[in-house]
Amino acid sequence: MSEKNVTLSLKGCVQGSMLCLPVFPGIIALGAVFGTVAAQKGLTFLETLMINSMVYAGASQFVAMEIYKDPLNWGTLIAMVGVAGAINMRMLLIGASLRPWLGRVPAYQAYPGLFFLTDINWLLALAQYDKGERDWGIYLGSGMTVWAVWSLSVIPGYFAGSLISDPKTFGLDVILPAFFAALLVPLWKGRRQTVSWLAAGGVAALTWYLVGGYWSIFTGAIAGAVAGAYLDD
Amino acid sequence: MTDAAFSADRMFVLVVLGMAGITYMLRAGGYWVMGRLPITPRVRRGLEALPGAIIVSTVLPIVLQGGIAVALCIVVAAAVQVRMKKEYLAVFFAAAAAAGLRAAGL
Repeated sequence: MSEKNVTLSLKGCVQGSMLCLPVFPGIIALGAVFGTVAAQKGLTFLETLMINSMVYAGASQFVAMEIYKDPLNWGTLIAMVGVAGAINMRMLLIGASLRPWLGRVPAYQAYPGLFFLTDINWLLALAQYDKGERDWGIYLGSGMTVWAVWSLSVIPGYFAGSLISDPKTFGLDVILPAFFAALLVPLWKGRRQTVSWLAAGGVAALTWYLVGGYWSIFTGAIAGAVAGAYLDD
Repeated sequence: MTDAAFSADRMFVLVVLGMAGITYMLRAGGYWVMGRLPITPRVRRGLEALPGAIIVSTVLPIVLQGGIAVALCIVVAAAVQVRMKKEYLAVFFAAAAAAGLRAAGL
């Protein structure tokens, strides 16, 4: 198999931005809800912008806000940081699976680029890589776009209270899982995927029932990867 | 807008730096480690299986939590994707299905 060089172009970045358009409503709704939660918890506007744009990992931000208490002490600080580590553990695996794609990008570009790593642009980039795309602007452009939309979406939520009183009424809460499911479809190629996904699903469901929380993403993903690695066809 | 809106508690800044730091280490860490491990055929197969496994493990607990309505929406999304191969249509129909199911009280 001949390997094309990995490149970076503005065209690729724009294409990456366009690819994440379908998830904008889901991101905006979630970001606005985070802004509302942050306002209710008594964060200042600046504090809200900081946590939202610098941590840039939705689920961990919400759980951290559950733990947050004013005034902060060292115990709360450690709990909030620990929760971010636990919930975002899957980023290790997501980043690992990008190695074949971004491995030939110079480190001084790849490591800053990894700040924008999130489930959405990771998945988009992998789907395009599968189709033979080698312009990593797909990854970077979609990552920066999602980050910008996420960063701005918190503002109306912070000031207007809940603009969307219940995202569920409009089905906005299923946008992200539906997007993931849609991107899963072309990844299926045969028996290897069937076995790997069953292993992942079984372990994830079991972990969810026993432990709850976000650990199931990590345990299920490892189980699926191990099953895929040891299945010789 | 008042000055208070643009103030930040020192402890809170530390929390944000801590959370952002650990999250960035996780974002960059997996990528970094994989650059230092020999990529044997077995490791490569494991890496290739990882994306699907992560998606399944992410979506399944959401379905288990969300119940029958969310499960149906995910089925709609997958079915639309199989037929039409357009992510935005899959997302649109899934959200429409969710709104409809909830309006129906499911």
